[in-house]
Amino acid sequence: MTDPTVAASLAGPGDPGDRRGGSASAVPATTAPAAEPAPSLLKAGRRTGAQQGDRIFRGFATGSGAFMVALIGAIGLFLLIQAVPSLLANKGNFLTGRTFEAGDPNNLNFGILELSFVTVEVSIFALVLAMPVGLGIALFLTQYAPRRVARPFAYLVDLLAAVPSIIFGLWGAFVLAPAILPIAEFLNEHLGWFFLFQEGNVPLARGANVFTAGIVLAVMILPIITAISREVFERTPRAQIEAALALGATKWEVVRTTVLPFGRAGYISASMLGLGRALGETIALMIILAATPAMFSGSLFDGGATFASMIALSFAELNNNLSAGAFIAAGLVLFVLTFVVNAAARLIIARSGAKA
Amino acid sequence: MAKRLDLKDVDIYYGKFHAVDGVTLAVPPRSVTAFIGPSGCGKSTVLRTLNRMHEVIPGARVEGEVLLDGEDIYNSAVDPVAVRRTIGMVFQRPNPFPTMSIRDNVVAGLKLQGRRNKAELDETAERALRAANLWNEVKDRLSKPGGGLSGGQQQRLCIARAVAVQPAVLLMDEPCSALDPISTLAIEDLIAELKKDYTIVIVTHNMQQAARVSDQTAFFNLRATGEPGHLVELDDTPKMFSNPTQQATEDYISGRFG
Repeated sequence: MTDPTVAASLAGPGDPGDRRGGSASAVPATTAPAAEPAPSLLKAGRRTGAQQGDRIFRGFATGSGAFMVALIGAIGLFLLIQAVPSLLANKGNFLTGRTFEAGDPNNLNFGILELSFVTVEVSIFALVLAMPVGLGIALFLTQYAPRRVARPFAYLVDLLAAVPSIIFGLWGAFVLAPAILPIAEFLNEHLGWFFLFQEGNVPLARGANVFTAGIVLAVMILPIITAISREVFERTPRAQIEAALALGATKWEVVRTTVLPFGRAGYISASMLGLGRALGETIALMIILAATPAMFSGSLFDGGATFASMIALSFAELNNNLSAGAFIAAGLVLFVLTFVVNAAARLIIARSGAKA
Repeated sequence: MAKRLDLKDVDIYYGKFHAVDGVTLAVPPRSVTAFIGPSGCGKSTVLRTLNRMHEVIPGARVEGEVLLDGEDIYNSAVDPVAVRRTIGMVFQRPNPFPTMSIRDNVVAGLKLQGRRNKAELDETAERALRAANLWNEVKDRLSKPGGGLSGGQQQRLCIARAVAVQPAVLLMDEPCSALDPISTLAIEDLIAELKKDYTIVIVTHNMQQAARVSDQTAFFNLRATGEPGHLVELDDTPKMFSNPTQQATEDYISGRFG
């Protein structure tokens, strides 16, 4: 009987421990002054054990949420604290510099522009390839495929997400690169006037370029885009699909008038999550992309390094805090970049959600 | 415009389950035919075979003939999409397209047919909304989403959407079961209006509604659970409700059923 709620209902009116139900328990006390006041129904009806469980669970849930926020804040703070001394010691311009020389702590000269170019181009290229294919697969699985095909097919796509990225890297470098060489050569030969297909800064024949890396990345982010889009498309209300069918819509028209408007926000957020993965992908790009001292020209046939692959490549050689700080500063930019991408995705979802 | 429907020995299946057995009935043009009967007797299923909506469920199939002015809509040369463009449908729950404005909802069917002329679409939208007794309530907010309307208005919007394509037959699957009495009355008045131009088949659980709106009534029943539903009898509505031929019909209508 240590629980305050029970104690209060047993105690007489006016007891300092009495809470909200005070007036309710006071009523029987006046009508039958001699008897012990009847316990308040409002209080007696509550199961104190369940109440405690509720409190514990709420505390746990709130704590978990707060922990998540604190963790992200701590990571950002860690990156910032580690990066600031190196940024101060930097002789080059951090935002516009195109070289990254951080080996000598007394002579730091690093900038992120070059890394940004490669990272963004390879990720966007991967996204451009993966988005339509992911959409196609998701629509096929939810709208066109017979159920007994759709199920195993969906597992297969999910399985693709479980393949370690090093496998994708090896596959890209040794299988895909030679296989797509004819396509790369064709594009370079016929569309070379366009900056994306001009002569790159690494030999085309090796295939160690953004073109190969982007295709590999596209394959890697495909399962994310497909899985989330599929789940969203599957939830298209039956009533709306039937409304379109009853108006004489063909399969494609049903998709266009109901499934796509319904699932658009989910598809975009799925793509943004894919982009986030592409931006941060490390090992596959490290294997595929050829390092080159030459500057990035914007061509898909350029080599180079992304934030993640450059950091991974160089980290083993670090032996002082200032050099490490330079790389951490680059990592911070990647952190912010993925943050911005996710925020943009949220914004798009919120806006299309308001329209629906 | 309005056409007649004739069902000849129609059997309906969900996979191996025989849902409806041997239905033969005639629906004359410019009339209202009501389907009544207990839950699970197959009246909605029969309705959905009339515009080939039944077959969108995996494993569902139909045997027998459904003739639209003598032409079998289940002929292998007939495209189900074309059937659904000719035979409109209104569902139990109002289902306007949530991402479309009121106007775009009404002309959605026309757009599917490739009509793009804005003036023509606007004109059709007004005509259909007037036909659905909704024009005065929405004429100032045609560009607002259809989901913002009340349930009764949404259902009339769905009726406007169905009549905008000027179907030969209009099927209604319990169109008032999700609506309040006032909205129900509005829809019933509308059915009486639409009857002048369209052939209407309506499924209803509400026998007073069947008595109020229909010219002829078909009573469907089950012999037992798990058995296929079947048509007990079809007759002029006054006769069905005053002096039905079958004892089962009389029991059902007088509430002595089950």
